[in-house]
Amino acid sequence: MKPDKIDELYFSDVNEPISLDRRDFLKKLGGGIIVVFCLGKMSLLDGWGQNKSDDTPNFNAYIHIKEDGRINCYTGKIEMGQGIITSLAQVVADELGVPINLVDMVMGDTELCPYDAGTWGSLTTRFADPVLRAAAAEAREILIDLAATKFGVSEASLKLDNGIICETENPSNKVTYAELTEGKRIVKNLEKKPTIKKASEFKLIGKPIISTDAIAKVTGTAMYSGDIKLPGMVYATVVRPKVVGSKKVQVDASQLESFFGVELINEGDLVAVVHSDPEVATKAARKVKVTWNAPEQKMDNETIFKYLEDNISDNNIFQEGGLLEVGKAASEYVIKAQYQDGYKAHAPMETHTATCYFEDDKLTIWTSTQTPFGTQDQLAKALEIPKENVHVKQIFLGGGFGGKIYNQQAIEAALIAKSCKKPVQLVWSRREEFMYDKFRPAAVMNVTSGVDENGKLNLWEFDIYCAGTRGTKLFYDVENNRTRMFNERDIHPFGTGAWRAPGNNSTTFARESHIDVTAFKAGIDPLEFRIKNLKSNNMIAALKLGAEKFGWNRTKKEGHGFGIALGEDAGTSVVMIAEVHVDKNTGVVTPIKVVCSQDMGQVVNPHGATVQTEGGITMGLGYALYEDVKFNGGLVKSRNFSNYTITKFSNTPEIECVFIDKMDSKPQGGGEPAIICVGGAIANAVFDACGARVNRMPITPERVLKALNKE
Amino acid sequence: MKQSINFKLNSKNVTVEVQGDESLLTVIRTYLDETGTKYGCGLGDCGACTVLVNNEVTRSCMTFIEDVANKEIITIEGIGTSTNLHPIQEAFVKTDALQCGFCTPGMIMNAYGLLLKNPNPTREEIITAMDTNLCRCGSYGRIIEAIEKASKQLSKTF
Repeated sequence: MKPDKIDELYFSDVNEPISLDRRDFLKKLGGGIIVVFCLGKMSLLDGWGQNKSDDTPNFNAYIHIKEDGRINCYTGKIEMGQGIITSLAQVVADELGVPINLVDMVMGDTELCPYDAGTWGSLTTRFADPVLRAAAAEAREILIDLAATKFGVSEASLKLDNGIICETENPSNKVTYAELTEGKRIVKNLEKKPTIKKASEFKLIGKPIISTDAIAKVTGTAMYSGDIKLPGMVYATVVRPKVVGSKKVQVDASQLESFFGVELINEGDLVAVVHSDPEVATKAARKVKVTWNAPEQKMDNETIFKYLEDNISDNNIFQEGGLLEVGKAASEYVIKAQYQDGYKAHAPMETHTATCYFEDDKLTIWTSTQTPFGTQDQLAKALEIPKENVHVKQIFLGGGFGGKIYNQQAIEAALIAKSCKKPVQLVWSRREEFMYDKFRPAAVMNVTSGVDENGKLNLWEFDIYCAGTRGTKLFYDVENNRTRMFNERDIHPFGTGAWRAPGNNSTTFARESHIDVTAFKAGIDPLEFRIKNLKSNNMIAALKLGAEKFGWNRTKKEGHGFGIALGEDAGTSVVMIAEVHVDKNTGVVTPIKVVCSQDMGQVVNPHGATVQTEGGITMGLGYALYEDVKFNGGLVKSRNFSNYTITKFSNTPEIECVFIDKMDSKPQGGGEPAIICVGGAIANAVFDACGARVNRMPITPERVLKALNKE
Repeated sequence: MKQSINFKLNSKNVTVEVQGDESLLTVIRTYLDETGTKYGCGLGDCGACTVLVNNEVTRSCMTFIEDVANKEIITIEGIGTSTNLHPIQEAFVKTDALQCGFCTPGMIMNAYGLLLKNPNPTREEIITAMDTNLCRCGSYGRIIEAIEKASKQLSKTF
C-alpha cells in the first residue's frame, strides 16, 4: 500500500482490509492443528467474517497448535509499545483455555504471517482480536472433537481446563493438547462463525496482565532493527542537504581518500558513505561535499497559518444540517474564532532504522516499520524485484505513533546494500529523524457557534484546514451545522502524515475550546453546558463518570483551573478533565491532575488499556504545551530534543483512568483515543485558572502572557 | 593512530583498539556487541544511552572511549538476567513501567545510579534525577512508581 493511500485511510474510516494468497505459508508449518480464518471486506467492518467460497485462499489470521502443545499465533500486526503482543495472546489463550505463556506471538513477518495493511488507527483490538478469537475458538472445537473421538464419548461430556481435556464425570480420563496433536496435521478453514466465549466465561480477557515482553525489555535483550549484526556488515551514513526537498547538483568526494576502506554510494539523490565502523562512516560522510538545489522557502512557523488559509480553497462538505442563516437568526450570541496548531514531530525514541542483506536477488530486512507488508511492496518496487524476493522480518519497534509507515530508511538501506554488495545497517541520526519525519500537519480551524438564551446550541460552522475530519462527526445536538474540510496536496514545506489519532488532536482542541468559549458567553458552567447540548448517551454517561471521579465541584486552589474536553476516536468516547496551575507572572502552565473516562466497549486488558491511556495523556501534554516544529520553508530548525521539547518526568501530572464497564460489547480502539482531548482540556483549564484564552497550540508561556495582556 | 584502551565492562576486562575519539556507545554496541544500551539522540539529550562509569550515571553517546580507560562500566546487561532480575528490573516489570522499551535500559541504569547514591529517594528526588531521560510512550508515572518500589525492596535486602 502506498503511503498516500495510508493518509486517506487515516483521515477517513478504515475500510480496506486486503487479503492475499498466502497458501505458501502452510507448507512451512509442521504438524499439529492449523486454523486459518478468512474474511471479506464488509464483514471485517462488522467485526466478524463469513467465508465465501471464492475467498478461501485469502486469510487474515491463523493459529497453529503445535505438536508440543504450544500455540503459535500469527498476525501481520507489529509491536511498538502498544501492548498487543500481550493482549492478542491473552484472547487466544482464553479461547483455548491455556495459560498465556503457552502462546507465542509471531508478528509482522512477511513470510510467516498473514497479510496486514499496517498497525495503525487503533484497529488491532477492534479487528485482529475478533479474528484471532474466532480462530482460537475453532481450534478449541477441533481439539474437543478429537478428544471425543479418542474417548468415544460425546463432545458435550468433555470439559477443557489449562490445556487438558477430560471427561466431566470421569476427570482421570484426560488428554493434553500435545497428545491430541502429535503426529497429526489438520488444516481447517473456518466455515462458520464459531461460538466464542461470553464475558461471563472469560478467564483471562478483562483481567489485568503484565506485558509478556517486559522481561526482554528490562534486560536489554529485546531486539530492535539496529541490534542486528550481520557478518561482513557495513554501516551507512547518508549525506543530507540542509533543506528538505533539495535536489542534488554535484558531489565532491575528493576528501574521502583520507579514510581507509570507505565506499561512496552516489545514486540519484541518494549520497551515502559506508564503512565497517559506524564512527568512520559518520566522519567520512561529513567530508563529502554535495551541492544542493534547495526549494524556495515560502513560509515559517509564524506565517504558516495565514499561508494555509490563503492558499487552500479546495474544500468539501463533510457534514451539514439545517441552515446556517436560521441558526444565526435563532442565536442570542454568535461567536467566531480561529484556532491554530503547529507542526509536531513523532519523535519516537528509536530513530528510523534498517538492517538488511541480499542473498542473490533476495533481500532480507529488519526495519522499524508499522507496515511490514507495505515495506515489502515499496522495496520490491524500488529494487525492481518480485515481491517474493523481499522478506521483512519480525522485530520490535522503539515507538511508532504513525511515523513509521513511510519506510524511507528501508529503501535507502536496501539501495545501499544493493550498490555496495554487503549487508548494511542504516540508523538515522536524531537530526535526520527530525528532517524526514512526516510531521503532523499545521492546522487552522475557523469556528462559528451560536447559542440561544437558554444555552442551547443552534449553530455550528466548522472549517478545517489540513486536519481532516476524523472524529469531527458532531456529537453535540446542533440543528444548523456545517463542517467543511480544506486540504491540498503538497501545501506543506516538508512531509506530513499521520500522527497518533491523525487530525483529531487539532480539531478536538478547536471544538472543545470553542464549546467552552460559547458556554462562558452564555454564562453556563462548561460541564452543565455540555450535558445540555450532547446527543450521545454514551458520551453523557462517560462525562458524568469522569466529572464524579475528578470532583468537578471541588474547591480550586489559588491559580488552579479545571478544564473539560470531549472527543470521539476509533469507536471510543473520551472524556478528559484536567487541572492545571498557571503562574500569572511567567505564564508557565503546570499540569496537576488529569482524569480520563472512556467508553471503549469491552476492555480486553484493563491494565494494558490503562497504560495506553496514561501514555496517550502524557504524550499529549507535549503537543498541548511544548511541542512546536521550528522551520523556515524546508529548513527544519528543530533538530534534537534540546530544541523540540516533549513531556518530561517533571511535567507529568497525576493521571486517573476509568472505563465504562461493557464486557459484553465489542472492543473499541485504545491506543489513540485518549490523546485527542489533551489540548482542549488543558486550554480550557488554563482559561479557568487565569482568564487567558490561548487559541494556538502549543500553549506556551509567551502565548499565555500575551492572552492575559489582552484581557 | 590506534591505541589500546582497557576497561571493565560488566566486571569483565576488555581491551579495544581504537582512535580514542569513538563514543563509548559505539564501542559497547558495535565493537563489543552489547546492544541493550540504545542510541536515541547522540547529544546527551534523551538518556537512552545511559550507563554507569565508575558508578556515575553517564551518557555513553557523549563519552569518548579514551576517557574511560581503566574505568568500570556497567550496562543493562551487567545488572541482571531474565532468570535473575535486579530488583529495579523486577519493579519495572511488575509496574509495567515500559511500553516500546527503547528508553527502558537507559531509565533503569539512571535509576540504578540514583539508588546507589541515594537508596531512599523522595518522589521529588527521583523526578530530579530522572528528568533528562525521555520516554515518548509516556510511562513516566509508572517509572517513578517502579523506582519507589525498587528502593523499598532494596532497603529490605540490605
